[in-house]
Amino acid sequence: MTRARLATVAYSAVSVVLFAFFVFPVYWMVNTSLQPNNEIRGSDLHFWPDNLTLRNYETVLFDPGRTPFLPAAGNSLTVTILTVVIALVFAFLASVAVTRFRFASRRAFIITILVVQMIPGEAMIVSIFRVIDGWHLLNTIVGLTLVYVATVLPFTIWTLRGFVNGVPVELEEAAMIDGCSRAGAFWRVTFPLLAPGLVATGVFGFIQAWNEFIMALVLNARPEMMTLPVWLRTFLVANGTTNWAGLMAGSTLMAVPVIVFFLVVQGRMTSGLVSGAVKG
Amino acid sequence: MTTVDTAGPDLAPGAGEGRRPTPPRPTRASRSRSRRGGLTPYALLTPALIVLALIVGWPLVQLVVTSFQEFGRAQVFGAPPAWVWFENYADVLTDPVFHGVLLRSLAFAAACVVTTMLFGTLVALMMTRLTKFFRILLSIGMLLAWAMPALTATVVWGWMFDTAYGVVNHVLVNWFGLAEYFQHSWLIDPLSFFVVAGLIIVWGAVPFVAFTLYAGLTQVPDEVLEAAQLDGAGGVARFRLIVFPYLKPIFLIVTILQIIWDLRVFTQIFALQDIGGIRALTSTLGVYIYQTSIAGGDFGHGGATAVITAILLMSISVFYIRHLAKEEEL
Repeated sequence: MTRARLATVAYSAVSVVLFAFFVFPVYWMVNTSLQPNNEIRGSDLHFWPDNLTLRNYETVLFDPGRTPFLPAAGNSLTVTILTVVIALVFAFLASVAVTRFRFASRRAFIITILVVQMIPGEAMIVSIFRVIDGWHLLNTIVGLTLVYVATVLPFTIWTLRGFVNGVPVELEEAAMIDGCSRAGAFWRVTFPLLAPGLVATGVFGFIQAWNEFIMALVLNARPEMMTLPVWLRTFLVANGTTNWAGLMAGSTLMAVPVIVFFLVVQGRMTSGLVSGAVKG
Repeated sequence: MTTVDTAGPDLAPGAGEGRRPTPPRPTRASRSRSRRGGLTPYALLTPALIVLALIVGWPLVQLVVTSFQEFGRAQVFGAPPAWVWFENYADVLTDPVFHGVLLRSLAFAAACVVTTMLFGTLVALMMTRLTKFFRILLSIGMLLAWAMPALTATVVWGWMFDTAYGVVNHVLVNWFGLAEYFQHSWLIDPLSFFVVAGLIIVWGAVPFVAFTLYAGLTQVPDEVLEAAQLDGAGGVARFRLIVFPYLKPIFLIVTILQIIWDLRVFTQIFALQDIGGIRALTSTLGVYIYQTSIAGGDFGHGGATAVITAILLMSISVFYIRHLAKEEEL
């Protein structure tokens, strides 16, 4: 074998080891979730769910003894969808303002957006808790949604701004010469071209809101108002021994939508993240 | 599968120089034609500004005000807070517990950033040498790790490192004959706790670093590398003299982002403490603020700690924001 050939084989072997390192926890989560709870506590390891069972999913979904999954999933879904829709609309309007108009405080606004994005949420939990409490919005969908909209807005505005910038103004001007009004030209010409940008930023918002843990933990602590991450945590702090099989089933249910979305938009992921700094 | 296949070319143009995946910017001529529009832009900004003012601006004011007050449980239930001005700050800054938390956060973040960047760079360099099949395989693996929500990742790793039934102890004892790992607790000892926490964070962060740097690496022109090779430059020299200068801007931004993210780490530490760490010995800045304020009810000192943390993080962010503002020719 030549030296180059040997190197290729070595690199391939290392990449397989790395693949295993990255995939194993995800695999182990699914694997555990499909085994009977008494089996995973046995002295043998099961690297494959030989006694495949869906009991853990049944327990997680329907067991009346626990904080139920379905309402938490419902809360998560409601808050996430509301957040995405509202943030997209607000961010779209703002991004049009900063790209298609020159006005006095334009630059200041963009810098503010960047600064706001870097304010650490961990430092703000206390005061956000007190402000939301003051408005009697603790343990409500509205309160949490409002906080999430504010969290994803800066990134959404910044990213959409890039997409609107990418559509030449000349296209709109051509439509205006053909008789469109300014708003009509924007709506008929530019807006359809923004679809990929709206989808990408929408998915970002979805992942952010779906995964968010700290704010939900503080603001929506009441069992019936919990979102999925907070619900998942109740398994950890439950008295007695941890039901790991159930916990893995719950984790799988929570992770699957995010993984699917990630795979859908991964092409835009790195560039968006470098400019947006979202996943913390 | 097809989506993963396109990862390389898709990532490259966007991340290459820290730009967005958009066609060329409007030219100067078209810019000068963009309209002034009177009040319209302000009307368009209003909804976003209202939300940000309510949820960021107002709480920020509250935070700073509270940090100057004595604000405990009694004040939550309506007692008027007393103004103590800089007393909270003096208390926090002279508190050995806070010093411990701060040092721990800095050391932990430094370790995570260095490991992530080193590992991520090596993976990115390796990706350029892989055949298409193995590159796609590795990309799929990294995408899965990257996509895992921080909380579920922590829970799963916690389960793998479980004292009684964890796969790690099992493998160490039964496959490698290391009997001392039978029923070994990984989370009780603070150092070992942070090794596990660091592993979770690095595992989740390397994909982002590797993908971004790989996208940058594909931008390095082959001709330049070939010319250098003809001139007799070895692998290390080519990396140092050609590849690294090309990569430097991306490298810088990614490092800053990692520093910010790792200093802000909350979920992994918090959930790992739930699974079995000793809170007092393993809290980092974010978790400490949560414990002082929300769990402990001392909003005054919690507020002061939060302001100090925010100032620390914002001062690091300044570089990042300045870079973006310059890059984008606002």
